[in-house]
Amino acid sequence: MLTTFGNKKMFHYRQKESNEVVFKTANASFEIRLDNSMLPPTSGSVIGVALNNKALAKSLEQAFNEKPHVQPPKTPVLHIKTDNTHIGYASSIKVPTDKGAVYAGPSLGIVIGKTATRVDTNNALDFIQGFTVVNEVSLAETSFYRPAVKAKCRDTFCPIGPWTVDKTAVSHPNNLSIKTFINDTFVHETNTDQLIHSVEEIVSYISSFMTLEAGDIIIAGTPERTPELEIKPGDSVMIDIEGVGRLANPVEQE
Amino acid sequence: MKSARILFNNKTLDVTINEQDQVVTQQGDVLADGSFTWLPPCEGKMFVLAINYADHAAELSFKAPEEPLVFLKNKNSLIGHDQNTYRPDNVDYMHYECELVVVIGKEAKNVSKEDAMNYVGGYTVGNDYAIRDYLENYYRPNLRVKSRDTCTPIGPYLVDAKDIKDPHNLMLRTYINGELKQEGNTKDLVFNIPHLIAYLSDIMTLTPGDMIFTGTPEGLADVKPGDVVTTEVEGVGVLKNTIISETEYLKTI
Repeated sequence: MLTTFGNKKMFHYRQKESNEVVFKTANASFEIRLDNSMLPPTSGSVIGVALNNKALAKSLEQAFNEKPHVQPPKTPVLHIKTDNTHIGYASSIKVPTDKGAVYAGPSLGIVIGKTATRVDTNNALDFIQGFTVVNEVSLAETSFYRPAVKAKCRDTFCPIGPWTVDKTAVSHPNNLSIKTFINDTFVHETNTDQLIHSVEEIVSYISSFMTLEAGDIIIAGTPERTPELEIKPGDSVMIDIEGVGRLANPVEQE
Repeated sequence: MKSARILFNNKTLDVTINEQDQVVTQQGDVLADGSFTWLPPCEGKMFVLAINYADHAAELSFKAPEEPLVFLKNKNSLIGHDQNTYRPDNVDYMHYECELVVVIGKEAKNVSKEDAMNYVGGYTVGNDYAIRDYLENYYRPNLRVKSRDTCTPIGPYLVDAKDIKDPHNLMLRTYINGELKQEGNTKDLVFNIPHLIAYLSDIMTLTPGDMIFTGTPEGLADVKPGDVVTTEVEGVGVLKNTIISETEYLKTI
């Protein structure tokens, strides 16, 4: 269970109520009614950091040195999850049946708290409101040479939520266990200590040329899409990040 | 009809442009040039086509692709007409790209090529700057090349779709300090507008305000601080932009 810290509201979320979007806060997670009226906790831009996992990068070492990549990435590899992909807790992930396997992408989500331009790693945390859970759903990627619009930008391919938990409640963002459950079976575990570029480095790097706004979310990094992370119509997928929250979504055919 | 968005007395206003190319508020007031700031005329997803003109593909020594090569930009890069774009200090090659921008007018999912033009709300001019020094072979062209603050001027205004008789026969021209540098015509698009809308709406739902930057023809050149870059699409608009140094830019933020 997530804890309460004095009088400060720790949880920030959005819900749909009679077709209106309502912003809410809560002191404790049990106060929040979790159902499919939940929306992503913010409506900002969502930027992903690809290939930001030590084991994944290791597994691609050879490919990184061959054509078309030629050499390993010199800077964090970024992509955009467009607004049509964003869904909240309990909304359905809709998967096509003719595009090959579809994978869950468990990741910590970094929620920006105020406008960030050219932020130093040392004070990057000052620009972070808190953290959320992201499921960066993707088709299989055979190459990282061209932008992954087809693999990553299908409708409903980015569940986010259920809430933003205030950063003061998360003492070690670079050491958080991330567990994935499919149909209530524990299938995968990773940890934010497996990120190549830390939370602070990511915020600093992106803000060096892209101004981040309050409510923008950064997907810190997803692990290798191994078969355990494949999701199919009828499944229920849940991602649990230590001290942040549990994001659950059903999967249905597109 | 032409519509735009401006900042006037610290307020964001949706305005129209009259026959004399003057800005008119919803109350009917004509605003003097220089009394307001141009903002991007639309907001939404930003799709950009790479190598979508055969001549430009040759210029970059690429074969034209077999399917549209689409990348995304983020809204941080958008600025309006008559604003400044900064060139990073110590880079070798920063170039403009004059493009016709198609703006989506109504929600589109799984639209056929035959129906696609019904989903176009209007057109505007885009300048898709790139810093080639930062190219890497991962999700190329990567965001550091293309999605930089101030690197996507757009505007000045949106022209209604019905006012552009043939969007596939419009001249594109770029001038640096008044000298013609780039010239092309939308008739040479590798993938035309219906093809692009059908292609994208097969992947995802497009919504009003989404922008498709349709690509740029040959004629790229380096731009330096002090240069005034004018990108023009026949019948759609003339978009002016000034290059400043990173040092100057840092004084403004």
